[in-house]
Amino acid sequence: MWQLFREFLQFLRQEKKWWLIPLVLMLLVLAALIVFSGGSVLAPLMYPFM
Amino acid sequence: MRHILGISAYYHDSAAALLVDGRIAAAAQEERFSRKKNDERFPRHAVAFCLRHAGLQESDLDAVVFYDKPIIKFARLLESYLAVAPGGWLTFPRVVPPWLGEKLNLRGTLRYEMPGLRPETPVLFTEHHQSHAASAFFPSPFEQAAILTVDGVGEWATTTIGVGRANEVEILKELKFPHSLGLLYSAFTAYCGFRINSGEYKLMGLAPYGEPRFVDTIYEHLIAVKDDGSLRLNLDYFEFLRSLRMTNARFDRLFGGPPRPPETPVEQRHMDVARSIQTVTEQAMLRLARHARAVTGQTNLCLAGGVALNCVANGLILREKIFDRIWIQPAAGDAGGALGAALAVWHMRRESPQPRTPMLPDAMQGAFLGPEFSDAEIEAVLRQHNAVYEKLDRESLLDRVVGLLADEKIVGWVQGRMEFGPRALGHRSILGDPRSPRMQSVLNLKVKFRESFRPFAPAVLRERAPEFFELDADSPYMLLVAPVHPSQRLDVAAGAHGLDRLKQLRSRVPAVTHVDFSARVQTVTAEQNPSFHAVLSRFEAKTGCPVLVNTSFNVRGEPVVCTPDDAYRCFVNTEMDALAIGSFLLDRNAQPNQGVKQKFHPVPD
Repeated sequence: MWQLFREFLQFLRQEKKWWLIPLVLMLLVLAALIVFSGGSVLAPLMYPFM
Repeated sequence: MRHILGISAYYHDSAAALLVDGRIAAAAQEERFSRKKNDERFPRHAVAFCLRHAGLQESDLDAVVFYDKPIIKFARLLESYLAVAPGGWLTFPRVVPPWLGEKLNLRGTLRYEMPGLRPETPVLFTEHHQSHAASAFFPSPFEQAAILTVDGVGEWATTTIGVGRANEVEILKELKFPHSLGLLYSAFTAYCGFRINSGEYKLMGLAPYGEPRFVDTIYEHLIAVKDDGSLRLNLDYFEFLRSLRMTNARFDRLFGGPPRPPETPVEQRHMDVARSIQTVTEQAMLRLARHARAVTGQTNLCLAGGVALNCVANGLILREKIFDRIWIQPAAGDAGGALGAALAVWHMRRESPQPRTPMLPDAMQGAFLGPEFSDAEIEAVLRQHNAVYEKLDRESLLDRVVGLLADEKIVGWVQGRMEFGPRALGHRSILGDPRSPRMQSVLNLKVKFRESFRPFAPAVLRERAPEFFELDADSPYMLLVAPVHPSQRLDVAAGAHGLDRLKQLRSRVPAVTHVDFSARVQTVTAEQNPSFHAVLSRFEAKTGCPVLVNTSFNVRGEPVVCTPDDAYRCFVNTEMDALAIGSFLLDRNAQPNQGVKQKFHPVPD
């Protein structure tokens, strides 16, 4: 996972696409919410907002 | 680094390919084992086969290479959604979660799927079009060549022009998503009621029945094609960025109605649409080829990517003599990306101890890179099914098969290693007599259970191909369409339209002559394909005709058969007359009526 993180940062630096960071962070937070909520109750409610 | 495994997966046509000391030891698509057509899942069966074939285990691998770069692809996905926001909200929840799971952390996913890999074995990634380009150039017979790759989309690239020299492939120019010839063709495939990523052949086969009356409409509203072949899509007519549909209502209005629902009758309008987009595709491919020639200065061309399976366009590039010679990767679609990824690492990371020496006729070994089965294994399966069979020596088997073919019988022919790529090339084939006027409809309706309009391809002895087809090049992988030679043609009454043209006799080999007098030719040599060459030679000796109908051994919605079990199940569930498998010959009428079911997951196409 750390290798993926490093490669992602490397990609952002190379391509100068730092603006992707907030988008990815938001996705990670949503993913975490879905995972920690068990993936059944919250997910359908949140889909329309994604 | 002796053992390199290439993998393509998670989109469509997943596959594995294994290099041992730079030589292609094995390659196969997952669909052949899982029995799910265009299977996109991790190719665990294909990987297992490749390793078994080479006598290796996962721990023996020195590198695993995936055929595209997930981080770049993921970024493209996010950028695309951002560009069309709030459009795309319907597909976003379906598309993105798999990325946060298995697709983005692909290194972890591959290690999970292959737990036997050593921790120090690197998992590498090549760019999608770099994989295609490597699959096109490195196995080719050329010292150096221009390389043209065209498909739907990889990471960002949809079309690339490059050059291959020695151990290097260099991409010189690329066209980026969403502007894509492959996606354009796929959009029309979906509009005409066929499945994307598999129905493109049908659209190509349907085209000759139509008139190109929408060509101007396409140029006026949908695309702008420059002289160099690059194109821009007018996204006002396409939906693929926003929804699961390819096209929208505005697109429908241009072509006189809504998309054709699958399995409904094909109308003249659909044929005209097919002909028009095929014409536009051919014109774009010609421009791309000319530009590739101008940019690289090379005299040879290598082709790959899904659009390189458009053998009509390939034949046109050949006939226009833009290049002296053309070589097309037989697994030009994404499955071939697995091979290209492995080859790219072997050659370009300097794992090869010496400079690349092109092999003749090429390094693909006839594309016979899949599993094969011994007579003992075949007989065990036949016994399990209580099959009635005869075991024959080689000469008797050939005589009997040729006798059946000459009597207009349809024979399943399963010999040697399975083909890699979408075409059956004489190892997992159904054969018939091309001179028979009824052969095409019988094969389509009673054996393959598919649409009557679909043409069949001829396999012809290489040395006699020029007598039957206007083709002065090798076409071992059935990827070039050529006109039937005028000396073989018959006069056809004018006035017939659409599917009525199907009933007209138009050549001495009517079963393999399409309505526009074209044929998707496979040239066969003893050197590359000895067992199939032997059948053709024997058929020629008996009938004077060096041509056979060669179609893949499967029914509609089924992957091409792989094992003797697949072959027997398919054989007894169709009206095929006989099956020649290994040294065994089976008469369908003699088989016990015991309701043997086919084992595959039908996929609508």
